[in-house]
Amino acid sequence: MKNRYTFGGDEHLFVECAESMSLEAFFKSLFMTNAISDRKIQGVTEICPANASFQIKFNPDVIHPNEMLRVVQEIENDAELAEPIIDTRIIEIPVYYQDPWTHETLMHFRERHQTPDSTDIEYAAEINGYKDVNAFIEAHSGSPWFVSMVGFVSGLPFMFQMVERSEQIQVPKYLRPRTDTPKLTVGYGGCFSCIYSVRGAGGYQMFGITPMPIFDPTEEIKYLEDFMVFFKPGDIVKFKPVDRAEYDQIIEDVGNNKFEPVIRTVTFNLKEFQKDNKLYNKQMEGLIHEH
Amino acid sequence: MSIEIINPGLATSVQDLGRPGYFHLGIPIGGAMDRLAMRSANLLVGNDESAAGLESVFVGPEIRFNCDSVVAATGADMPIKIDGEIQPNSTALSIKAGQVLSFDFLKSGARIYIAIAGGIDVPKALGSRSTYPIGALGGFKGRALQKGDVLPLGKSSDSLNPGQALDKNLRRMPKQPAELRVLPGLYWHRITEKSQKQFFEDEWVVGTEVDRMGYRFKGGTQLEFVDREAPFGAGSDPSNIVDSCYPYGSIQVPSGCEPIILHRDAVSGGGYFMIGAVISADMDLIGQLLPNSATRFIRVTMDEALRARKDRENLLNKIRKYLE
Repeated sequence: MKNRYTFGGDEHLFVECAESMSLEAFFKSLFMTNAISDRKIQGVTEICPANASFQIKFNPDVIHPNEMLRVVQEIENDAELAEPIIDTRIIEIPVYYQDPWTHETLMHFRERHQTPDSTDIEYAAEINGYKDVNAFIEAHSGSPWFVSMVGFVSGLPFMFQMVERSEQIQVPKYLRPRTDTPKLTVGYGGCFSCIYSVRGAGGYQMFGITPMPIFDPTEEIKYLEDFMVFFKPGDIVKFKPVDRAEYDQIIEDVGNNKFEPVIRTVTFNLKEFQKDNKLYNKQMEGLIHEH
Repeated sequence: MSIEIINPGLATSVQDLGRPGYFHLGIPIGGAMDRLAMRSANLLVGNDESAAGLESVFVGPEIRFNCDSVVAATGADMPIKIDGEIQPNSTALSIKAGQVLSFDFLKSGARIYIAIAGGIDVPKALGSRSTYPIGALGGFKGRALQKGDVLPLGKSSDSLNPGQALDKNLRRMPKQPAELRVLPGLYWHRITEKSQKQFFEDEWVVGTEVDRMGYRFKGGTQLEFVDREAPFGAGSDPSNIVDSCYPYGSIQVPSGCEPIILHRDAVSGGGYFMIGAVISADMDLIGQLLPNSATRFIRVTMDEALRARKDRENLLNKIRKYLE
């Protein structure tokens, strides 16, 4: 897997690790952006990892574009030798699937959807071959996800599920984007799940909502005091289905600033994971519940 | 020391030169769309170039001053008034406590930049006073200004020089038709050679969906794609890619139809291919384009892009020297 290098105007170097999405491509992007960050290259102003690519913004008055290219290509050679191991965290995110708020929104925008007569999650379950919505929710919440990119808007995580390609859920986006999406909607588009950090336009299918804020520009929420954005690329997420009562309880706890997300540190080894991903995921899930 | 918004116009927000460093988390650089105009306005009133001022689009605001001050407006051609009397543009103007600053109808360009001695002194968020409304971040309460808002002013410098004006030759506005220089790249290989040629031959016009996030263009020929098998995770439309980062100035063309150029409040990524990016030297010009303006895209090389960047830097240095 060799990178494709190209410039975005005179201030960005754009690097595509692979055309297709895969954990390997994501890992390469994460590794290289970490290595570039460690080098502290003069003139680099932004280092942005994405799902299977990344982008470096630089000041061409300080570093010539060709020199920028040369340095990053050099780092690619090192990245190929590195062991694919990262120290990261695994986070449990409560999700109220089929909640009334995303339901109201999806009904409102039905004429922009592929199936006017069913809901987003019914549609996703059907086209992915699940016998019903419950089986679909089991799959969506059953295996963990890598946060493979943070962006689009403030702090929104794109997540890629840690399962075989054949088991991956794939759903098209809305035919025409909605002009509204409730804040904290758990969405899906292509092979990515996401959580809408703020209210706004969106094209991803809507499956549910989390009561756990992930972006707080006021930095008043306890677990967002140090920094307003919760997610980082490389975080691992496990969704936990909750019912209305649990959802309301968490909302209340967040309101009183008493809610503490379940977060555990973990060392992830891609090669070990690839040997038996089901077993590996089980072990990681075990971490969430041990104290 | 403060000013009060009597009428915000269409959309007026606090902006400076932006907050680099958070694009990897989806928080864009933001700041004045026309940086050169913002810097010039600040220099006219003795401010640091990075002081916060106001950016207004299409319609000027009405502002009451609660203290004596010096103010300047640059950018779009929109006559400036104090207590209803027309004053010269791009000029440092003395204004007294109780007087009202307002504007006449827009003549050309799209955005005016208002700098006030001492700058708008709202708290910084992530190192900048720029308003990012989608994230409710920065500026005044993270939003565009509303009637009744009272904005604090900072301490002005000792080098105030009311009456000082910026020479006409030191202002930069788009030509007609506008010319935006583009470096092809990114996913340029996704369209056919014919489309690559056609894109630069066509005359485009600015659409109606234009804001700080991006500018949409229409009127050109639909792009043709090179055949491919859709990569896993990209989506089925030929214009889809596995969601990637979006450079500032990048030109995405959903379904090959209407190009969108991302600007200062850009979304940081998404799933549409891009054919290249507008060069850094021409980003300011986009902020001065009105809907329906004719626009041509000019193909350049990296060397030409870097020379254009130098030219723009030289112009800024001339402005600095002129207003010293």
